[in-house]
Amino acid sequence: MVVSPPTGAVAATERSVSPAALGDPAWRSVLEPLLAGGRSAGADLVEVFLERSDHLGLLAEQDSITSVSPAFGAGAGLRVFLGERDGFVSTNDLSAAGLRAALEQALGMLGLVLPVQAGGRFDGLPELRDFAATKDGWLHACPSLAEATGRLLEGTDRLQAHGQHLQVRRGSYARDWQEVLVAASDGTFARDVRLHQSVGLNVLAADGDHRSSLGRRYGTSDSPDDLRLWDADAAAVDVCSSAGTMLYADYVEAGQFPVVLANRFGGVIFHEACGHLLETTQVERATTPFAEMVGQPIAHPSLTAIDEGLTAGAFGSLSMDDEGMEPQRTVLIENGILQRFLSDRAGERRTGHPRTGSGRRQSHAFAAASRMRNTYIAAGPHSPEDLIASVDKGLYCKSMGGGSVGPTGQFNFAVEEGYLIENGTLTRPVKGATLIGDAKEVMPRISMCANDLELAAGFCGSVSGSIFVTVGQPHIKVDTITVGGR
Amino acid sequence: MAATESMTASLDAEVLRQRLDQLAQREGVRRWDLGASCSTDTSVQVDRGEAKQMKGAQRSAITLRVWNDDGLVGITSTSDLSDDGLARALAGARDASAYGNVDEIPDFSPLATAPLPVLEQPLSTPLSILTLLDTLRDAERDLLGRHPAIGTVPYNGLAQRSSDRLYINSDGACRQQRLSTASLYLYARAEEAGRKPRSSGAVRLAYGAADLDVAGCVQEAAERTIAHLDYAPITTGRYTCVFSPEAFLDLIGAFSSLFNARAVLDGVSLSRRESLGEQLAVPFLSLHDNGLHPANVGAASFDGEGTPTRRLSLLEGGVLRHFLHSEATARAFGVSPTGHAGLGAKVSVGPDWFEIGPTPGSSGGAPGLDRFAAGASGDDRGLVVIDSLSALHAGVKASQGSFSLPFDGWLVQDGVPRSIEAATVAGDIRTVLKAILGFEGPAKVTPDGLCPHVWVEGLSITGDA
Repeated sequence: MVVSPPTGAVAATERSVSPAALGDPAWRSVLEPLLAGGRSAGADLVEVFLERSDHLGLLAEQDSITSVSPAFGAGAGLRVFLGERDGFVSTNDLSAAGLRAALEQALGMLGLVLPVQAGGRFDGLPELRDFAATKDGWLHACPSLAEATGRLLEGTDRLQAHGQHLQVRRGSYARDWQEVLVAASDGTFARDVRLHQSVGLNVLAADGDHRSSLGRRYGTSDSPDDLRLWDADAAAVDVCSSAGTMLYADYVEAGQFPVVLANRFGGVIFHEACGHLLETTQVERATTPFAEMVGQPIAHPSLTAIDEGLTAGAFGSLSMDDEGMEPQRTVLIENGILQRFLSDRAGERRTGHPRTGSGRRQSHAFAAASRMRNTYIAAGPHSPEDLIASVDKGLYCKSMGGGSVGPTGQFNFAVEEGYLIENGTLTRPVKGATLIGDAKEVMPRISMCANDLELAAGFCGSVSGSIFVTVGQPHIKVDTITVGGR
Repeated sequence: MAATESMTASLDAEVLRQRLDQLAQREGVRRWDLGASCSTDTSVQVDRGEAKQMKGAQRSAITLRVWNDDGLVGITSTSDLSDDGLARALAGARDASAYGNVDEIPDFSPLATAPLPVLEQPLSTPLSILTLLDTLRDAERDLLGRHPAIGTVPYNGLAQRSSDRLYINSDGACRQQRLSTASLYLYARAEEAGRKPRSSGAVRLAYGAADLDVAGCVQEAAERTIAHLDYAPITTGRYTCVFSPEAFLDLIGAFSSLFNARAVLDGVSLSRRESLGEQLAVPFLSLHDNGLHPANVGAASFDGEGTPTRRLSLLEGGVLRHFLHSEATARAFGVSPTGHAGLGAKVSVGPDWFEIGPTPGSSGGAPGLDRFAAGASGDDRGLVVIDSLSALHAGVKASQGSFSLPFDGWLVQDGVPRSIEAATVAGDIRTVLKAILGFEGPAKVTPDGLCPHVWVEGLSITGDA
């Protein structure tokens, strides 16, 4: 691709830049005139997000590869702030003319016009902070198509070996490589490469009228060897064991019960019930009940919750966020007291909450927003057995499906694998449970946290698209919650 | 040579064809097809009178399939429609074809050159983004003024799109469709002192922003939100439920694998090949997929394989009549493609737009249903009106037939509705389809289809009373 020289206020040195190299120094000479032009037009801040992506998706069904889906792309997102307002334009056209047209459109949204001559409101970009310096070989270090398809077929083979009554066996693999370059008129100039890989196994078991469908997905970031290290046999044993148990499960009895949620993906309860409500996007919309509660209790004193982008290899970890800021360890709630919100550029401007390195987006097509990274409830003093033993009649949620939260703080999530707790002991498997509740009411009811914190990879869809996240927790006990069932 | 004109959202099919022909010849690829699209979008959001965000986008995308010398198929997608991008996509597709599925090799649709339906889709001139902003500000102000409890409209948006999509293949097929669409959504949040916040909203679609029914959207959003202000918990139990058109269409859509030949062949549908002719629902239920319905704003005249869109009977008299097909599934079933394919490494199949209602000539179920009539439920419990379903992505097990879903709705007792605080509805789709009591009122046009209110008996409701 050719980046042609723009004209007028955003004139740049004529130079061809391959989209294969966002680290090419030539981008500076394209970006600086854009930022200078935007500032000269009257914008408070101009940000350019450049992206290249390379995706591979594979699907194995039974003993065949049935889908190989490569995709690649490039694009830019330009954002202009004026006070608390902003205009955002995305484009697949990375030519200088294309970027300038996008800038003009974004400025026009705010009633600003690109001047013919840029004048002194921008001092130029500093030295590039290159977080990708050691990552440029990652894409090529990932498994080849032959190796990846072989590993996936190993997974479906292991399902066959360990499962019973399996009508469908599926394995899927996704590799997402992304290179980003962020430049802003406040002096942000940073590049990064991200690599996410995930592999999952799913089965549909059927025996007469009994059916169960179940899956597990595993994912990491920044590890080209991830698929090579995947333990296909252990993953298959896990899926087949759960599917076999759930095949003959009864539907859960509906009502209000104490619930014990397992660790790892059990953390979806905090993600949905509270995490989203601690993003400044929710403060901006006035949809969080916690907006004015920093320093006040919002949860049970036993609960401490953290969001961070630092855990090595975790799905939500980042070297920098999508606004060029390094991630932090952000304590959201400490011993039940609300500490702070997750914030991005727009959140800081509009709500006053300082940025936390949480500005994230699916791609260049979305403006960044405050989003979670690796979010989890901290470990507590109890054993998981303590929690179960404390319940006379309730539900143990071993595996959770997805969930969501609405504009009033009402949240829900599905239980994929559940068991009754009777007199402090796990008894029968049950299916079809959906947990619903109100964030403000349920947080004080998380009364016990176990000592077995673990994280699990997931995907979160929200205002800035679908992003890689981690949820996590130790086993926790919720004193009472509505369990939807039959 | 440019394949796109970015500011006008148009594709030059002939340029793309020539370029692909040249590249394919150079690479020794004799058979290929592609789907391409480009669009320009503008959208605005507001927050209590202020512009919250204004967005613009120019997008392009192409999906290219090639058949290698062994007849196997590979595919690659990209947003890069430059010559270099197309060359890279062709090379990627050829590499992927080495792993093509030998058990099911797609072919060109035999209908890829058949005449297309003529759709009445006026192309509108985009409005300026500042005009969009003013329109949305006015709508928000109007909605905020409808009730003192409505404090914000946290989810709102006014968007317009100009798009162009095409399908071409190396056998000479060439499909192209240009379209303009606009959408408006308003979801209000209302809160009264000492009570929990409540929320609801409305959506409108049109071929241009100037044609949107803004007043109707405001009115519906206000009515729905206000109707949820006075709420109470509901007692867990079994109730006769009345699904709104939107909610019933959502439920049917979540279980559309019942009608999906791809899902049948993959073993993940509750239906089997032999299910055609079986009584799946009450004998007065009719269900069609009709992407060509005049109310389906933005209807596609052809699918991802170039097959013309058409109206297809899925259930007639409650009996399963047809499956939705792609080229490959149709070939496996010995029928014609139905125009429901999505181009991909594994071609997907999906519905367009449902029409649900009584089968002509049938009883139509219980007559004169009226949820607000005294004694309508036939018991002391009352009727549960399900206005909207949530979390379909998590609470539906399509391959098992079961669902457990949060919903917004009302309990109607003696003709008086009261909003339900928080509840879930659970059941089995096969049971639901055979427990339909009848339809209430005329069918309503929604963004997802056409459907009246649908009465279903004996569904499990969990509340927190």
